[in-house]
Amino acid sequence: MSANDVGRARDAGAASDSIRLETLAAAVAAAARTRRYGSWYVAEHRFRVMRSYAQTVLFTAIGSPLVYLYAMGVGLASLVDGNLGDNAVNGVSYLTFLAPALLASSAIAVASEEFTYPIMLGFKWNPTFFGMNATSIQPGQIINGIVISVAARMLLTCTIYYVFMLVFGAVPGALGVVAVLVALLTGLAFGVLVMAYTITLKDDTGQLAMMQRFVILPMTLFSGTFFPLDLLPPYLQWIGWISPLWHGTELSRVFAYGMTEPIWLSLVHVLYLAALLAIGWVWARRLTVRRLNK
Amino acid sequence: MPEPVIVAQNLVKRYQDFVAVDGISFEVAPGESFGLLGPNGAGKSTTMRMIGAVSTRTSGKLSVLGLDPNGYGPEIRSQLGVVPQENNLDMELRVRENLMVYGRYFGLPHARVARRADELLEFAQLEDKATAKVDDLSGGMKRRLTIARALINDLRMLLLDEPTTGLDPQARHILWDRLFRLKEQGTTLLVTTHYMDEAEQLCDRLVVVDKGRIMAEGSPADLIRRYSSREVLEVRFGSTQNAEVAGRIQGFGERVDVLPDRILVYSDSGENELERMTAAGLRPITSLVRRSSLEDVFLRLTGRNLIE
Repeated sequence: MSANDVGRARDAGAASDSIRLETLAAAVAAAARTRRYGSWYVAEHRFRVMRSYAQTVLFTAIGSPLVYLYAMGVGLASLVDGNLGDNAVNGVSYLTFLAPALLASSAIAVASEEFTYPIMLGFKWNPTFFGMNATSIQPGQIINGIVISVAARMLLTCTIYYVFMLVFGAVPGALGVVAVLVALLTGLAFGVLVMAYTITLKDDTGQLAMMQRFVILPMTLFSGTFFPLDLLPPYLQWIGWISPLWHGTELSRVFAYGMTEPIWLSLVHVLYLAALLAIGWVWARRLTVRRLNK
Repeated sequence: MPEPVIVAQNLVKRYQDFVAVDGISFEVAPGESFGLLGPNGAGKSTTMRMIGAVSTRTSGKLSVLGLDPNGYGPEIRSQLGVVPQENNLDMELRVRENLMVYGRYFGLPHARVARRADELLEFAQLEDKATAKVDDLSGGMKRRLTIARALINDLRMLLLDEPTTGLDPQARHILWDRLFRLKEQGTTLLVTTHYMDEAEQLCDRLVVVDKGRIMAEGSPADLIRRYSSREVLEVRFGSTQNAEVAGRIQGFGERVDVLPDRILVYSDSGENELERMTAAGLRPITSLVRRSSLEDVFLRLTGRNLIE
């Protein structure tokens, strides 16, 4: 117990007699580390859990770039480039055009996995979050810890994806590696919203599967992933504008092959994604406080 | 006199449409083993959650370990061990890992948590299950692991919400034995239960709770003395006969309770009452003389059985 703890205790308006002050100071000291590092302790727990399915994490992280880049980027690309020439889309080859979008989609895929069923699990099916909440941990720290751990898995997945993109020769831009960070931002911005929505569910009666089918899949199709957004009829283009994936994909392309767009638009991409991340994060924390305080 | 570890005054918890805890007051002294006894839905678990600093009270005063849970949740929780009603062990982790991650939540260093985890596995008689999957443990083992987990920090008080509900008799006795050891070591225990025998085994003092209110307070022996008799004679005449017989045995013992399936006669000597009954020409189908229990206290106080 430090003098600082006693000071904090006194500031908190403890009774003046020394025994009570000592009690309070001891309590403050006992919880001090968790108040500071609690989010990391939660992340540590999540990493241990992830280790139990590490094989799946690695298999998808290596398998999906291999399969997608080959099937789409090489297979489909030969068809597109064959018809439209070497500078098929956006002035670059189809593979170069497509790869940054697939990278961002891979972050979305991790998000839609980690921010759905594991959240439902922790609140309901195997309510470990209630167990954490009974310790010195606070509800907001549970959310922070989850975000930290998922960010780590996402970064790993995206980095491996990027390495495969290099191997496939899909990254002409010098700043290509920044696309990995853009993908991370995209995945998290979308993910925290999905997490917040999942926390509002008392029961999963198919909502999470519906979200896969009716939100995530259409979002992938209409976010300028496989073809530029302006090829869509104007009345469908709004889907891209509100889609975090479109913003992430466009920004990735700027870094991956120097796609030209106005600076203000690139700024909008960053701000939009950052805003979603902030809103979703705060919302998820609040919902958690409410849900754990029964 | 040492400062109480819990002071609850007029504690209320209200949800939108009902009042779970309706103005209860009690104090618990350090080292004491205190029980909340009552049927399901009496407000025991809600009270427990408020004391555990995970549920905000609607009104009233509450002090836990000298602190107000409203402002010092983490500080209070850092000094508690909590055994919730519903097991929330992490099924995706192994037995020992469950203790490890939990210990870290209190900010304890790895080496210390590891040492403590091994001690607790021994205490919970789970040494040879350290690397087992939680799912493969029996109900009693899971419960013991949950108790071990609750003891990982430097706790000043252990909260147990229905510790043995759903366990078979043998598993319950093993668990009670472990809890009794903690009690002997001076750990303050706060127990909720709807089992009479559990309350009698574990609690120095208890409150009987029903519909969010305290009906009575005292030691188990004290409550039995105050609200029941030394012995109880249980007789059955068959469900159709009970009511008719009831009229003929008014005045037997200190008191007579007619239940749908049996009649209870409270008396200092059950045998004497049975003899009187036989002398009066009554022939019960079955008869049983037993010591009075908290079940009888509850029945007397509320007119209802604890387990319905």
